[in-house]
This record gives sequence, structure tokens and C-alpha cells, in this order.
Amino acid sequence: MDVSPSLPLAHEEEALLADLRAGKDEAFSRLLRDHGGRLLAVSRRLLRNEEDARDAVQEAMVSAFRSLHRFEGGSRIATWLHRIVVNCCLMKLRSRQRRPEEAIEDLLPRFVEDGHQVEPSVDWAEPVDALLQRQEICALVRQCIDKLPESYRTVLLLRDIEELSTEEAARAVGVTENALKIRLHRARQALRTLLDPHLRGVHA
Amino acid sequence: MSGPYIPCSEVIEFLWSYVAGELPPAKVAEFERHLAVCPSCTAYLSTYRMTLELERGAFQPEGCEPEEELPEDLIQAVMGALRRE
Repeated sequence: MDVSPSLPLAHEEEALLADLRAGKDEAFSRLLRDHGGRLLAVSRRLLRNEEDARDAVQEAMVSAFRSLHRFEGGSRIATWLHRIVVNCCLMKLRSRQRRPEEAIEDLLPRFVEDGHQVEPSVDWAEPVDALLQRQEICALVRQCIDKLPESYRTVLLLRDIEELSTEEAARAVGVTENALKIRLHRARQALRTLLDPHLRGVHA
Repeated sequence: MSGPYIPCSEVIEFLWSYVAGELPPAKVAEFERHLAVCPSCTAYLSTYRMTLELERGAFQPEGCEPEEELPEDLIQAVMGALRRE
């Protein structure tokens, strides 16, 4: 996930990093105020449990503090913190009791006996670039992702949004890599089904 | 290549591996032969790809995700934890 826009310039980051390494309280406070909101949003999205999400942010900041000396500034501070909070969320996801995969068949394409789709697919009315310019469409996409059954929603976020590898995502949710690929495909198909009625008729 | 076309159900079930470039070349040829004559699967493929782009775009900072602030009590809790380090 690209988290680089709207961040301070590199030399400001270097100065902040120097203050953090010097153990200045106000530098940590600034780090939290500048980046904490976004980190909490990421962990809320992945964990969907307020207490776990807050714990993940706290653990991530402590972990960042401990590894400050290893951070070489090769990536932006935001990107580095983002990765740390995602790792904290992955640990929490791994430790959760596995739940059985929920039913998703109602959101998957259906076929007649000869293999054709029951309802033929049609193109959407507007190109992606135009759709993404519109706040209500971005909000709609996020709402539709939230409607996915939990085990599918998590996989879709880990692979498509957080861009983890198949192996990392499979480990986090406790399934084989092949099972993960199939679950991801179903999650995307289900999301497509949820978006379809809204986007067939959308015109600029 | 000749012979029967693969069914829509097979194209759609294995679309993820086609999109990921993980299908063997012979299978890709079968997919493309089907897609060339099937407007429904072509539309499905196009909207499936759009779904992936929309997912990613909807979570980009400029892609309109609302900014949140860290609650003050959590800031204090984290600062307390850091001071104990």
C-alpha cells in the first residue's frame, strides 16, 4: 500500500529521526499525532475489534521504538510504521481461534448446466480512473468490502490492499497457499457482485 | 487450435490464475480462444480487473479514505509504554 503522499519532506524526516533517537518526548508525541490515526485505521480495518486495534498500535509503536537504531531511513517513516503495525495485526490474527469459512455462494456467479452464466455479465459504464475520482464510489467500494464474510474480507485486505505475499497471508489466516488463492478469488468475485448493480448504470 | 471451447464456468473459476499470469501457455490459449467469442466472459474479466483497481484505489490516501486522529487516551497510553522502555 502506498502511504507516501502528504508526508513531510525527507530532510524533515531526518530531523525527526534524529530527535527520536535522542529520546525526545515531543518527537514521539509528534510521530503519534502525525501517523497514529492512519495506523489505527489500518489495524481497525484488519482486526475489526477496537481493543485489539488499539493494542496493535501500542505494540507497533513500542516495536518501532526498539528498532529505531535499525531504521536506516531507506523508506519513509510512514511506510516503516505501516509495515510494523501490519505485522502486529498479523500476529493477532494468527493467535485468534480459526473460524470455519462462511458461506459465500450467494455472491458467486451461477452457471446453467452447459456452463454458461445464468445471468450474462456486462461491462461497467465508466472507466476506473473516472470512478476513483468520486468520493462516493470510493466509499461504496469500502462499504462493499465490509459486507464480505469475515474470512474473505481479511484475505482480500491482506493480499490486495496490504500487498502481502500469498505465503504471508496464508500463514496469517492458517490455510494452505492454494486455499488462500481460491479464497482470494472468491472474495474478489463477491466484491464484484456487490459492486455490479451500482456500476452498471453509473455515468459521468 | 480446434475442438470444443472450454465452458464459461471454467474460465470464471480459474480467472484468478489467468489474471495472475499463472496459467500454462496451452491453457492461456484456450482461455483466449473462449474470450474471443464470449462477450459475457470478456465483460466478467474486465469488471473483475476493475474490481481489483477499485479496491486498491479506494484505500489510497488521496483516494478519499477519511483521516482519523489517534484518540488522546491512546496517545497517552503509548507515551507511557514508551517511557517504561
